Amino acid sequence: MSNPGKAFKRNIRENPYLLAGMIITALILLMILVGIFWTPYDPTQMNSAEKLQGISLRHIMGTDNMGRDVFSRVMYGSRITLLIAIGTVAIGTIVGTAIGAVTGYFGGMMDEILMRIIDALFAFPSILLALVIVSVFGTGWIQLLVALGIAFVPSYARIVRGEFLRCRNMDYVENARLQGVSDLRMIFVHILPNIKGVLASSILIGFNNAVLAEAGLSYLGVGSQPPYASLGKMLSDAQQYMFTTPSYVLCPGIVIVLMVLGFAFLGEGISRWK
Amino acid sequence: MEIILDVTDLHIEFHDHDQPEVAVEDFDLMLGRGEIVGIVGESGSGKSMSALAIAGLLNRKSLTKSGRIMFNGTDLLTCDRNILRSYQGDEISIIFQEPMTSLNPVKRIGWQVEESLFIHHPEISKAVRKEMAIKTLYSVGLSDAEKVYRMYPHELSGGMRQRVMIAAAMIGNPKILIADEPTTALDVTVQAQIVELLKKLNRERKTSIIFISHDLSLVSQLCERVIVMQKGNIVESGKTKKVFKRPGNIYTKRLIAAIPKIELR
Repeated sequence: MSNPGKAFKRNIRENPYLLAGMIITALILLMILVGIFWTPYDPTQMNSAEKLQGISLRHIMGTDNMGRDVFSRVMYGSRITLLIAIGTVAIGTIVGTAIGAVTGYFGGMMDEILMRIIDALFAFPSILLALVIVSVFGTGWIQLLVALGIAFVPSYARIVRGEFLRCRNMDYVENARLQGVSDLRMIFVHILPNIKGVLASSILIGFNNAVLAEAGLSYLGVGSQPPYASLGKMLSDAQQYMFTTPSYVLCPGIVIVLMVLGFAFLGEGISRWK
Repeated sequence: MEIILDVTDLHIEFHDHDQPEVAVEDFDLMLGRGEIVGIVGESGSGKSMSALAIAGLLNRKSLTKSGRIMFNGTDLLTCDRNILRSYQGDEISIIFQEPMTSLNPVKRIGWQVEESLFIHHPEISKAVRKEMAIKTLYSVGLSDAEKVYRMYPHELSGGMRQRVMIAAAMIGNPKILIADEPTTALDVTVQAQIVELLKKLNRERKTSIIFISHDLSLVSQLCERVIVMQKGNIVESGKTKKVFKRPGNIYTKRLIAAIPKIELR
């Protein structure tokens, strides 16, 4: 119980989700890390002699309509996708937790006002919200990241607020209040550590949603701009060649699925942590 | 005897519904240094409400309070929140009924015992704080204080947790300790131990104790003076022995008659 290494080993053994999640996520991360330093081909190098090839030893995920190596582009694209997902979740979690903690802890008028704003934000489909932001501030992956981040704030604010509502009347909070603990210390030192489990799994779920939302938005053409492409952008480019060269659309798609699956398993594994 | 707490005409009213509900009416209490006063009464008689008001824990908006609670020359009912906060946990401590849920589940015992020191006396160094915490844990009867210091609440039994709560309340050497039914959730043998512990702390540290309970036999063991409450009013008060021997009020008589006695058949 006191030995974290032992607990980790036991969880790995008894919890297949955790193991599977870690393996898949590690593979994806490895691919991205290697992609920073080395890709089999230049991801933007066109080659008119090798357009739309299927899977081969020379191009393990085939080539696209401009003769670029799909595997190299996937290595590069998943980096962008991951960055956007991390940034989105970071913005959503930090801003959402702050809003949720303050509203849930203090309640009252400010709670009502902030939560109605959050509700209004929530009522927008997040893709539409992101589209509005992107159309105001222009396209590009930074804008996309900020837009998705804002779209993710409401769900975190709600989750954290709910947890704070649950915790703020707990005996131990009352007890700490009696010891003269200030509100700020109460929120961050006494209550926040109690909701880290819920927060951790919602971060991982949010990660998945961010990957999918990024793919969706890039598919609509508002994300990263050519010649580089995120995974979602590759999917949208590939769809017209779906029947002539299925490998072109399948490979980025499978990588997205693996990325989402890895994080989902990881989240499930962590929530079942004993 | 030096009077350290003087409550006069405390009046608490709720405004949650159309009709205002009176929770406490005309509550008076003089607490001397080193004295143990018991407050008894049935559920809803206002005994906890009065104690919470003294501890400064009643600050809901749907509630009116009047009267005076004088402590150290300040009126705790009307004083600034920061002044109140500087007393809470340092000069006035409280322990609750539920030791199972009164400790933060994700923090180590040592951390929680030290918390009020950390807040009220930030000048004390970490090492000294730890030393004081272990000493206090030891003084509340946790002989394995070093080990308990590093444990989490779920690793302790109910009685041990209540001892930890008492340690956390006592570490700053408060002038007043409010014990709100501290033994209700514990079994009988542990109850007796906790009462003994409170007696010992009172004797050694000259802490005044307000002991709230519906268990009259515990009150008679512990308290010199007792206040009997019913429906928000004080119906009787005085020396415990006198009240128990010759109760003047019909309600007190009934309460005393309700103490279970062991009869051998």
